[in-house]
Amino acid sequence: MSNASANLVALNTIVRREIVRILRIWTQTLIPPAITMTLYFVIFGKLIGSRIGTIQGGYTYMQYIVPGLVMMSIITNSYGNISSSFFGAKFSRAVEEMLVSPMPNWVILTGYVAGAVVRGLAVGVLVLGIALFFTSLRIAHPAITFASVLLGAVIFSLAGFVNAVYAKKFDDIALVPTFILTPLTYLGGVFYSIQMLGEPWQAISRINPILYMVNAFRYGVLGISDVHVGWAFVVMLAFVAALAAFGLQLLKRGVGLRS
Amino acid sequence: MQPMSLSYSSTAPALVVDNLRKTYGNGVEALKGVSLTVQPGDFFALLGPNGAGKSTLIGILSSLVNASGGDAHVFGVSVNRQRNEAMKLIGLVPQEINFNQFEKPFDICVNEAGFYGIPRRIAAERAEKYLKELRLWDKARHQARELSGGMKRRLMIARAMMNEPKLLILDEPTAGVDIEIRRSMWQFVSGINAAGTTVILTTHYLEEAEQLCRNIAIIDHGTIVENTSMKRLLAKLDVETFVLDVTRVPDGLPVLPGVALRRVDEHTLEAEMARTHDLNSLFAALTAHGVTVTSMRNKTNRLEELFVRLVEQGRDKVAA
Repeated sequence: MSNASANLVALNTIVRREIVRILRIWTQTLIPPAITMTLYFVIFGKLIGSRIGTIQGGYTYMQYIVPGLVMMSIITNSYGNISSSFFGAKFSRAVEEMLVSPMPNWVILTGYVAGAVVRGLAVGVLVLGIALFFTSLRIAHPAITFASVLLGAVIFSLAGFVNAVYAKKFDDIALVPTFILTPLTYLGGVFYSIQMLGEPWQAISRINPILYMVNAFRYGVLGISDVHVGWAFVVMLAFVAALAAFGLQLLKRGVGLRS
Repeated sequence: MQPMSLSYSSTAPALVVDNLRKTYGNGVEALKGVSLTVQPGDFFALLGPNGAGKSTLIGILSSLVNASGGDAHVFGVSVNRQRNEAMKLIGLVPQEINFNQFEKPFDICVNEAGFYGIPRRIAAERAEKYLKELRLWDKARHQARELSGGMKRRLMIARAMMNEPKLLILDEPTAGVDIEIRRSMWQFVSGINAAGTTVILTTHYLEEAEQLCRNIAIIDHGTIVENTSMKRLLAKLDVETFVLDVTRVPDGLPVLPGVALRRVDEHTLEAEMARTHDLNSLFAALTAHGVTVTSMRNKTNRLEELFVRLVEQGRDKVAA
């Protein structure tokens, strides 16, 4: 058996184990985001949104926030999945099972990222399904829609992995989502168009990577965006490359994993 | 389909440790240039007091610890330069429980095999085989956290066997395990060794090492203080102390050249004597004094006595 086939078996093992974990604790991994997003749709989309009327491109407020909320669910769940799963493995020392095996580092990283992406996309589909109870949507650009959710999920899976590697206690994996991820998400154009902001807030908003993900996805679904879609993909691909390289470097050096 | 292809030398020693050094970030020098060789098929004891460097050495061999200098070769494959190839040859049973307690033993074993590139069908067959051999099959589908301490230790042995390693490293595998389970574990590991797997064992139960191992290294303060065959090491023991249970200890003890006889209590004597000294003269002298010996045993395990002596000698050298 070649090393390539062996690596494929190892990769499949990690992804399978992650999916089993997601399904084993589905009440923690799949249901809470569905409930949270239903509340967002009811409160912001229906109750408040009905008083706002149409927004950018003639879409209702409910239609406008659906892509942002779906993307928000995807990135927070991708991030949460990998940070808790990998840190849990570190905490229980089960990560040693992988570290003493002949698996290359890229297989470990890809396996965990794939598992996190699966959860992110599963939650995304669930939230999108719930959204269809409240409004109707027609996907304007399916390929862009899929590519943007995939890249968004990968970026935050990689970021969650880096967080888990550095984390020394469970509090450490809650710090980044609370103090960085949530503010960036809320300020990333989920609920509003940055065209509604004056300067310098519009310029400041453009530093936020989540803005590009939300808008790329919104462009895919609705055909409208605050940023150039090409730039959005450049930014997302750059983040994927940088975070993947960083994650692999951490594994190579054994930061937080090997003495 | 076969598992990962292996490229190693079957004629090379199972393990060559060459001037291995490790200094941790806090400045602790855990290994100060350790060198040793383990031959294929050996059952090798690596002994040392707590903090001597055993776990650091095992950590480097299994790539959980980065060496500060030196290298190790497993069947000729460098742990430093060909890590992935070297890891294919090793099975590790660590000191601490290190599996996900919410997973099932069967899944833990099958996943472990997967990490080594072993296809799921073969992995499932092996998991069944080793879980049965280690008497865990009836718990295979329970959550691992439901297992007893001894079962968890046996599960780690089953897991380490999933890649059918050529070198099995056991780091205090019987710590806290009752005698019956310990014996069944040794029976299993002896069988694995008899079938050709080289075994390296660290343990604090020295009678285990004495019974099972053919060769031994004693490590203390990050250096090897003894590395020889078990027979040669035990032959170095020139003085032995026996505990004699007697019907009654007389007021005056017999005086025998070469034997230091001490009264422990009303029914117990201790006799310290050279290993070359015969026991007949001791019994004859005691009989002449009207003492009947009902039973006799070594005061301490022979290896334990040597171990303590070697470690103490090492400490004296460090102090000097």
